[in-house]
Amino acid sequence: MRDTPQLLFKNRRPGETVFMAGYRASGGYEALEKAFRQMSPAELRELVKASALRGRGGAGFPTGVKWTFFPADKPGPKYLVCNCDEMEPGTYKDGELLMADPHQLVEGMIVSAYALQTDVGYIFIRYAYEKQAENLRRAIAEARDAGYIGKDILGSGFDFELHVHGSAGRYILGEETALLNGLEGQRPNPRLKPPFPAVKGLFGRPTTVNNVETIANIPHIINGGAVWFKDLALTADGSGTKLFGLSGHLNRTECFELPVGIPLREVVETYGQGVWQGRKFKACLPGGASTPYLTPEHLDVALDFSTLEAVGSRFGTAGVTVFDDRTCMVAATLNLIRFFARESCGWCTPCRDGLSMVRWLLETIEGGRGRPEHLAMLKEQFHNISGTSFCALAEGAMGPLSGLLTHFEQEIVDHIEKGGCPFRS
Amino acid sequence: MAEIEVIDSSGLLTEEELNEFIRHAGHLEHPREMIIDILRTVQKNHGWVPDSGIELTARILGLTPLEVEEIATFYDKIFRHPVGRHVIHICDSICCWSRGGEELAAHLQQRLQIEFGQTTADGLFTLLPSCCLGGCGKAPGVMIGQTFYGELTPDKVDRLLAELSQEAQE
Ligand SMILES: Cc1cc2nc3c(=O)[nH]c(=O)nc-3n(C[C@H](O)[C@H](O)[C@H](O)COP(=O)(O)O)c2cc1C
Ligand code: SF4
Ligand code: FES
Repeated sequence: MRDTPQLLFKNRRPGETVFMAGYRASGGYEALEKAFRQMSPAELRELVKASALRGRGGAGFPTGVKWTFFPADKPGPKYLVCNCDEMEPGTYKDGELLMADPHQLVEGMIVSAYALQTDVGYIFIRYAYEKQAENLRRAIAEARDAGYIGKDILGSGFDFELHVHGSAGRYILGEETALLNGLEGQRPNPRLKPPFPAVKGLFGRPTTVNNVETIANIPHIINGGAVWFKDLALTADGSGTKLFGLSGHLNRTECFELPVGIPLREVVETYGQGVWQGRKFKACLPGGASTPYLTPEHLDVALDFSTLEAVGSRFGTAGVTVFDDRTCMVAATLNLIRFFARESCGWCTPCRDGLSMVRWLLETIEGGRGRPEHLAMLKEQFHNISGTSFCALAEGAMGPLSGLLTHFEQEIVDHIEKGGCPFRS
Repeated sequence: MAEIEVIDSSGLLTEEELNEFIRHAGHLEHPREMIIDILRTVQKNHGWVPDSGIELTARILGLTPLEVEEIATFYDKIFRHPVGRHVIHICDSICCWSRGGEELAAHLQQRLQIEFGQTTADGLFTLLPSCCLGGCGKAPGVMIGQTFYGELTPDKVDRLLAELSQEAQE
């Protein structure tokens, strides 16, 4: 086990949630006091940029850079929206964070709002996280009592209101522009970009959308400094720690806070305690359902954004789902494609019709009715859908399909030649 | 405003909830943002959202029923048809699939004698497939109401059903 400093999980205890007293005892709200009393909004934005923090919601865009696009000095209403939709299979880290320590997000929202000069914040939270939403409502009430939310916070002249907005299911709400439509009470199809939310977002006003873990990191960056934060990562390109949610065929499937850049092997063998039932590692999704598979040849790669891109995959949300050597990768990919096809909002043809076609092809192959031309058709669909969809949902669905075609084409061929699934006896 | 005051919430919302929603809507620049909130409250009280719940939401927010309906039908956790007392959402996404989710789903259908989308004859349980519930580390899992139950086996799920049936009889 590593001696990783625990920032986000510092206060995590099994079955417990820390509220104001416990949070303060661990140094909570010191960053906020420091930010409001000693730092200008522009200094805060510079600090976040220097920390090299990259968004934890899946795309990994540098947070400080995103914040520089935001017209903080523009007068009138502006919004900070926190994305806690977290419906990508294999991803459950934000839920764990809010079960353990909801004040981190609340403090992060307040100082981020100050940095961006936004007067209203929303935390958009999925239907299944009712307990987490309750935790947040309580933490927000406590923060208000402490004078951290409301008018003229700590005599700074800055006002901020923070709301929790519950959703009602559907993965597409995680896409930031669909989320804004959903939050407004509109039908949650994604919006055309540009204009980007920084220019025209919630209610037509400048808006920043950030992930829960991204925002929860901000107070720690203020406390520890940009260099300290950057150096927490094991690779030069990385920064900070990361919440890794382990799942699938491991002996231990929990969520751990580990340095960015940790080798996959260590995550699997040390933290996951190896593949279950004494079996062998066959593949994994390194960062949630929309990331291309890694295979045993990748066990020594460092888990960070640029290294994983270099080997044809993505860091995503660092939800690591492992598959053992008895797993049929056609069946696993079919399960994933079914998810994306069902969750498609139906707005654009490559996604609505293309994913249905891929699902049908995989069902046919897995069901033993595959013909040789079906492999070519799969490749053609992959080609047709990649880069053509209106939002990144369909693009994400191509992640596991690309992994299947790159690493497990022989399994598809075996299904077709044998007239059935070789993994089902 | 006078019109709103005569809204009959006919048991879908309590008097208090109705007044609070009307008050809140009056304060908001964009009251539409409350659609899901109101629909979820109607569903909590009534079990599902009947046509009158759509109309009620529309009147509180000054929208047409159609505008509310097109939102309500987008979400799979808003029910526009009657459901049983307990809705069991079973996760069929990848982590649960990898740890016996399909077997658990088959067991539940067999135990309850219903298919997905149906309700048991006694009106107690409705079974629905769901995508990831955010309990991937405790797979396989189900959500009943808004509570997640993880690391399930057929035995454990039987005990859970028995407890819920027992509760219903008390
Ligand atoms: C279909 C889809 C679902 C997404 N779901 C989430 C989500 O649940 N949480 C999240 O933070 N980002 C999600 N994203 C990414 C967001 O669109 C956005 O990039 C992110 O919230 C930005 O925050 P960050 O820069 O802090 O990562 C999703 C994207 C797509 C295309
Ligand atoms: S890619 Fe899919 S989810 Fe995204 S807009 Fe098109 S149909 Fe909707
Ligand atoms: S995959 Fe089942 S809870 Fe996430």
